[in-house]
Amino acid sequence: MEFLNSFILITNYIIFPGLTYGSQLALGALGITIVYTVLRFSNFAHGEFMSFGTMSTIILTWVFLDSNIKFGTFPTAIIVLPLSIIFTIIYCLLVDKFVFKFYRQQKSKSVIALIVSIGVMFFTGGLIRFIIGPGDKNFMDGERFILKAKDFKMLTGFDEGLTIKSTQGVTIILTIILVVLLFWFLNKTKTGKSMRAYSDNQELALLSGINPERIVVITWIITGTLACVAGTLYGLDKSYKPFTYLHLVLPIFAAAIVGGVGNPIGAIIGGFVISFSELLITFAYKKFFFYILTDNFLPNGLLQILSTDYKIAVSFIILVLVLLIKPTGIYKGKIIE
Amino acid sequence: MQDKQHIILLFLSMFILIAFVGFFQSWNLALTIFNLCIISSIMSLGINIQWGNAGIVNFGVMGFAALGGLANIIVSMPPTAKAWDAGAIYILFGIVIFISSIIFSILVWLKSGLSKKKKYIINFLLIILGYFLMRYIIDSPIKAIEAIEPAKTGYLGGLDLPVIISWPIGGLLAAFIAYFIGKISLGLRSDYLAIATLGISEIIIYILKNEDWLSRGVKNVNGLPRPVPYEIDLQSEPWVLELTKFFNIPVSEISSIIVKLSYSCIFLVILIGILLLLEIAQKSPWGRMMRAIRDNEVSANAMGKDIKTRHLQVFVIGSAIIGIAGAMLTTLDGQFTPVTYQPLRFTFLIWIMVIIGGSGNNFGSIIGGFLIWFFWVQSEPLGLWFISQITTHISDANIIKSHLLENAAHIRLIFMGMILLITLRFAPKGLIPEVKR
Repeated sequence: MEFLNSFILITNYIIFPGLTYGSQLALGALGITIVYTVLRFSNFAHGEFMSFGTMSTIILTWVFLDSNIKFGTFPTAIIVLPLSIIFTIIYCLLVDKFVFKFYRQQKSKSVIALIVSIGVMFFTGGLIRFIIGPGDKNFMDGERFILKAKDFKMLTGFDEGLTIKSTQGVTIILTIILVVLLFWFLNKTKTGKSMRAYSDNQELALLSGINPERIVVITWIITGTLACVAGTLYGLDKSYKPFTYLHLVLPIFAAAIVGGVGNPIGAIIGGFVISFSELLITFAYKKFFFYILTDNFLPNGLLQILSTDYKIAVSFIILVLVLLIKPTGIYKGKIIE
Repeated sequence: MQDKQHIILLFLSMFILIAFVGFFQSWNLALTIFNLCIISSIMSLGINIQWGNAGIVNFGVMGFAALGGLANIIVSMPPTAKAWDAGAIYILFGIVIFISSIIFSILVWLKSGLSKKKKYIINFLLIILGYFLMRYIIDSPIKAIEAIEPAKTGYLGGLDLPVIISWPIGGLLAAFIAYFIGKISLGLRSDYLAIATLGISEIIIYILKNEDWLSRGVKNVNGLPRPVPYEIDLQSEPWVLELTKFFNIPVSEISSIIVKLSYSCIFLVILIGILLLLEIAQKSPWGRMMRAIRDNEVSANAMGKDIKTRHLQVFVIGSAIIGIAGAMLTTLDGQFTPVTYQPLRFTFLIWIMVIIGGSGNNFGSIIGGFLIWFFWVQSEPLGLWFISQITTHISDANIIKSHLLENAAHIRLIFMGMILLITLRFAPKGLIPEVKR
């Protein structure tokens, strides 16, 4: 019984939040990885693309709510998601047409493209703040919880409550759907295969009659979709503030690199590694041991490895450690000169 | 000869721009902009020697600038006597223990002939042990120190030395940390290096934000001493009063102009000093070697140049310059506020300066620093003016107009992005291109 209580505690405070945050990071990291392998540069603007997608979702949500279109207890943001995905894709394609295309044709070094993406980051960040303002936006509506702590306690009779937020449920389900779709696309369809071929060897792919411009368009479609969904889910779960998305880009890079840049499975694993280590390292284990140990053995203090203030710093520490010990990541990633 | 005229023209127009601010807004503002322009140029000189001369991507500007700021506290603030009684020595002792556990594990990694799996386990255990030992030693003294008058002190304090010493110390501190960062991360490819340095600089900021015993964290350290006189003292000086009569402006304004001018003079001396040293370095065989390494690592290696050491050298030098500038900035502000260190303002903006000015050219970096900082400050009013111009025909009651005016300040991000993208596209060599030698 006591043991089960501590297990529920861990589920409530680590497993569900970890899965949620990990899914959001994984979707973001997938976007970065795909741009990196196909277009061959580190896209610092990805966080702002996510922010752009979230902004579109918020504005569409407002429009829908204004015209009194509601879908019961289901969050409106998820309903408008397909539309905002389209907006994000259009934005990505426009950016590519006016900015990145030139450097691709010039065959510039990847560092130059990286600096270019910082310009895009500034521009997009400014555009977003200009349109929606820098303030905090909460756009979650509908039912907040799938399972409430009180109900859980009533149902099972445990001392420790278990809550599942609806944003957590939505995040995990949407991530599974998207990832399955993405892998089906990359591995089973002809277009997906030609995309992989192009990322492996551009010259050879050209010789086999693969149209590079088409590949690029598809890459941005996938990236835009992933960015919009990841951003919206993060915004639903926490809250939307343009400023946080700039900082989100580093944990996402961390996830992509930890897993091995250029490997989609690696990006997903990396996302969960980052999210769970953030939670595990900053969790106060006092209550956990409270259930297991007798009072005599219970130590003083919160039993935290690092204080919660360092939560995001954990992802940077892991990033730096992985870069130093194994720069190719868990799954051997690609190295592009 | 053409080049020299070009440079002089650019600098002249920059000064005219600042003079415009002086005439139309206020001289106080013009001098504030001018001082920050100088600091920005010094930072971009630091990046320029790394990126322009050696091709190293350092996205850790923010961290090194903050370390310079920390040097201000360590050097110039009065020590908190009670903190040293409360066990400050234990904190240092604990940190030494943790660092030695890291050094020991590095030694195990490099020197022992164990299998890789065993090395991982031993290193992991060593560092965990060192960490928990450190926490065991430092946790209670930290609590004790942070409890000493938390509204006023609650930290170790400094050495109570003149603040100007903190500038070279800030450079040294940044150089010291840069040595270790460079040692471990310079082997990485350029974009991984960019991400790693960005990550490390974030870690530095997190530490400064949260370790209250060191830097008071988010409570900030206010009232840092100054190398120049205070306005209040100046206002009673007879020669200041005479100047007031002569120019016919209020005494409060003239005193603050004098303070800012004296800062400008000190900063200019430092800027020119660093510029001269960098120019000499660039023209020397050392500079030629750095460029050779940048342009072709393989052949430079074949010529017997030690690429790793040279990269480390230039990384440390550049970071030290950024550290000096960071220390100067904190002195100018008079306070150390860790929350103000944002990658957008401290890392990416400096990079824009270097790229716009012309990577590889020191004069270019300086003009880039001046120009970009000028527009960074002035694009807020410019954006407001622009929006109000294009919305003159819309009535004031319109929601869209008020919304646009409210967010006009954010145009500067769009503006900066545009400048960077346009430069990279149409003039990738920048305003003052690198001199072909």
